[in-house]
Amino acid sequence: MKNLTLPVIQNNFNCCVPVQSAQPAYPSIRQPFVTGSLETTTGILPRVSSSLTWADRRGAMKARWGVGRMNYSLEPGLYALNNPDANSPVLVTANYKMSFDKLRQALPGRNLWILVLDTKGINVWCAAGKGTFGTQELISKIENSRLKEMVTHRKIILPQLGAPGVAAHAIKKRTGFTVYYGPIRARDVAAYLDSGYKADAKMRTMTFPLKDRAVLIPIELVEVIKPFSLLALTFLVLGGLGGPGNYWANLTNFGHFAVVALAAAVLAGAVLSPLLLPYLPGRAFSIKGFSIGIITAIFLLYLRGVNFSAWPDRIEALAWLFIIPAIASFLTMNFTGASTYTSISGVKKEMRFALPIQICAAIGGTLLWLTSRVIS
Amino acid sequence: MNNLSYLKNVVTLKLDENKCTGCGMCLEVCPHQVFKMNGRRAIIRNRDACMECGACRKNCPAEAIYVESGVGCAAAVINSLLGKNAAACCCGPQTNPEGKNSGVCC
Repeated sequence: MKNLTLPVIQNNFNCCVPVQSAQPAYPSIRQPFVTGSLETTTGILPRVSSSLTWADRRGAMKARWGVGRMNYSLEPGLYALNNPDANSPVLVTANYKMSFDKLRQALPGRNLWILVLDTKGINVWCAAGKGTFGTQELISKIENSRLKEMVTHRKIILPQLGAPGVAAHAIKKRTGFTVYYGPIRARDVAAYLDSGYKADAKMRTMTFPLKDRAVLIPIELVEVIKPFSLLALTFLVLGGLGGPGNYWANLTNFGHFAVVALAAAVLAGAVLSPLLLPYLPGRAFSIKGFSIGIITAIFLLYLRGVNFSAWPDRIEALAWLFIIPAIASFLTMNFTGASTYTSISGVKKEMRFALPIQICAAIGGTLLWLTSRVIS
Repeated sequence: MNNLSYLKNVVTLKLDENKCTGCGMCLEVCPHQVFKMNGRRAIIRNRDACMECGACRKNCPAEAIYVESGVGCAAAVINSLLGKNAAACCCGPQTNPEGKNSGVCC
């Protein structure tokens, strides 16, 4: 008898909040880019606008150069862009600050919800590949943010590049929300919304235009600066050995040229390759890099005015014809990771032939260069 | 940008046309227009354009698509060859839920 009534009484009079109706945790409104708050029945949400501040732009610039890039993030959860209501669209993105900023910047004057997934500060595409921009995470964010109480419709828009991590049919089954894959680029989202959630083939196709390749150059350079410095210093010191004059005279001549040549190799592989990518011969990145490396080496040797009648000069020139293309080829091959159209099977295939050649060319070239130092 | 096409005949993409229900989801998620509709079924239109991102496989409700997905990134492959964290190339620490060195990065 007691069991029949007690639970009901307890539910009515319990001072503590039952687990199911615990307050949803919304992102903090004390984040620098938050411009206000939106009070809802389930809690206070941070409100953001479409205009980026100087701090936002500076943050993006720093991230491009690798400064603080690995924790350039915002708190995940539900945000309000301007003044959304129960009919406003819901857009999903990653908690990489640059992704979030690009999205809101592309939607001036719009009122909508932005659901930010916890991707550990990684962009949508990378996070989808890892699975952090994934089905489970999306389900839990939909539930935690009480999205069903915020909007009357049951549609959520995901960036198309999030699709490798999210199974749309599983989201529908588990949450009732239908996933609409929006365009690839944030700048097309407004047109997508206006056309009634329709993306044309152009919005759905990933390209790799000059501008997109160029913004990746800084991070390529930053990542190579340390090995380059070590290598350049070694060549500089060894450059003084052998040769016709005293140590310092040789260092100034051969050592300095070695540093310039190594810098040219980096320039070829990390700057020229990305810029000239579509125009370099071959499909494999290693071949593209090798080509630009050869051209760079020949151009450099032309500037140096090699004395082809002397053996040490000949051997030194030959050494650089090995070393520069090897480095340029390797660096260009590494650019596959940043490109938008290379497959893992393809990368593995090209690495199987290219990596041994690059290593042999680099070692062979270095031995030749050392030989030229010793015999002169 | 016709010059930007990668190696030929390397991708692991397979489509079982008998399982396909013709929902068109693969056409929607593919960033390289690999699929097209042929009547009420999807077919592979441009196989070499596939970058093995795995979006189609993940979003195929009929499980008609197979692809060994991963992101084409040489640095990640080298790192996994060296037994290091596979994602050290450009996507930060490896946070794959399965916690394995999958060679996946960005």
